Amino acid sequence: MKNDTKHIAARVENLIVANNFVEECADRFGLATKKKFGLELALEEAFINICSHAYPDGEGDAEIFCTGDGDAFVLEIADSGKPFDVLSLPDPDITLDIMDRQIGGLGIHFIRTMSDSVSYRRENDRNILRMVFEKDSKRTVTSR
Amino acid sequence: MEIRTKKEAHATVVAITGRLDAVTAPEYEKKMQELIGGGDIRLVVDFEALEYISSAGLRGLLVTAKLLKAKGGHVRFANVAGTVKEVFDISGFGSIFQMDATVAGALAALS
Repeated sequence: MKNDTKHIAARVENLIVANNFVEECADRFGLATKKKFGLELALEEAFINICSHAYPDGEGDAEIFCTGDGDAFVLEIADSGKPFDVLSLPDPDITLDIMDRQIGGLGIHFIRTMSDSVSYRRENDRNILRMVFEKDSKRTVTSR
Repeated sequence: MEIRTKKEAHATVVAITGRLDAVTAPEYEKKMQELIGGGDIRLVVDFEALEYISSAGLRGLLVTAKLLKAKGGHVRFANVAGTVKEVFDISGFGSIFQMDATVAGALAALS
C-alpha cells in the first residue's frame, strides 16, 4: 500500500474530511468492515482531541498519515501543538453513576480499546499518535 | 443526523438517524434542551436508525440526562444495538441508562 498524507485545519467541522480520507485509505488497504468501525471511532477521538486541545491560542493543522505495515493498517495523526502525550492520561472510571460520570478521558479509552496497539512519540516538534489495526485480529466488532 | 419527535400518551419519542458525533452532538443537545424547556420531561430516545456514536455523542446524551434528572424528568433508550451498543458497553454507559429492547417497551415503562 502506498503512503497517503493529508493536512487539514484542526477544526471540528473537518471531521468529515478526515473521515472520508481515512476510509478511502482503509478501503484501498482492504481493511475489514468490522475493523473500519473501530478505525473511524479512533480517528474521531484523536482528531477531535487535537481540535479541542492542541492549539489553545489559535488555529493549527492536523496531519493524517495512512500506511500499511505487513498485515496491519497504520494510522498516524500529528499536530504541532505543545508537547502532550495523550496516552499519559489515566482511563476514566466507567463505573460511576449518571450524576458523577465525566466524559474526559473516554476518547483515549476508545482509542486504546479499538486499536490493536497505540503509541505516542514527539518528533520534529510534533505530537504523533500511531494507531495500528491488524487486518485479522481476535478483537471483533459486531456490525449492525 | 436527523431528529424526529413524536408525542405519545405518556412520553415524547425522539428518533435519531445517522451519526451522533462531535459535529452533530451540539444539535442533539440543543433539540433536547428545547424539548425539556418546553415541558417534555418524559422522553424515549429511539436509536434504531443511529449508525454511529463517539465520546462526543455520549457526552450529549449525558448532558441531556443530567438536565432531565435535575428537572425531575425521565429518559429511556430504546433499540440500542450493533456498533452503537458496543460503544455503550466499552464506556460503561450501558449500565447508567435505562435501556429497552423496543420503543413500546420504553413507553410502557414510563406510563
